[in-house]
Amino acid sequence: MLQVLFFGRLREELGCERLELPASEALSDLDRLQASLAREHGERWQAALAAPNIIRALNQQMVQGNAAISDGDEIAFFPPVTGG
Amino acid sequence: MRAVLEVNIQEADFDLRVLQASLLQGRAEEGGVATFTGYVRVNNDDRGVQSLYLEHYPGMTERSILAILEESAERWPLFAARVVHRVGRLQPGEQIVWVGASSAHREAAFAACEFIMDYLKTRAPFWKKEQGPQGEHWVDARESDETRAQRWQGQQ
Repeated sequence: MLQVLFFGRLREELGCERLELPASEALSDLDRLQASLAREHGERWQAALAAPNIIRALNQQMVQGNAAISDGDEIAFFPPVTGG
Repeated sequence: MRAVLEVNIQEADFDLRVLQASLLQGRAEEGGVATFTGYVRVNNDDRGVQSLYLEHYPGMTERSILAILEESAERWPLFAARVVHRVGRLQPGEQIVWVGASSAHREAAFAACEFIMDYLKTRAPFWKKEQGPQGEHWVDARESDETRAQRWQGQQ
């Protein structure tokens, strides 16, 4: 399974903080996963996941660009961070 | 020299004297400790702030800050470096973040402290939500924070 997490404003826009999805060929990288989430969950998800500044983390490390994902991975989507 | 590195993510407030002392290892080798304390401001971009809620990504928060501390200890000769960051609901005037670094000389301690804070601002997964007279508001990331963090890249 893939663990998919959402945080901050994005979590609130989606009304979802966590999803569990079966790993599959159709979800083999971050770009495909994000496109699938945007497509499968209605207009609200499509709009929120189209934001240009969404940050992605794979197994708790920020990723620049795309990356392959596989069974057991934890993927997170979130807006730019504002701690400190 | 292997620096002692520590990260604490907590709802509770923290004691500056205790934290400062925690950076000293008891052999009187430290020549200086530099620290930074961040507070919740009562206004932000002209908006009144009645309270602040800090969300984070448990697990990744600790890992990402530890990675920043490790990088600081590679760049400068540190005895110890530590970050304490609060989460949950906070009021204006409260302490929110503390960074400290100890070294034989001030240059490394000052630089490490600033580096850690600049990287924390752009790499550690925290999100602030303000509550004020106009309602709730997610705080936007600042371009200037990214610019400050980028100053350190390619610089040794």
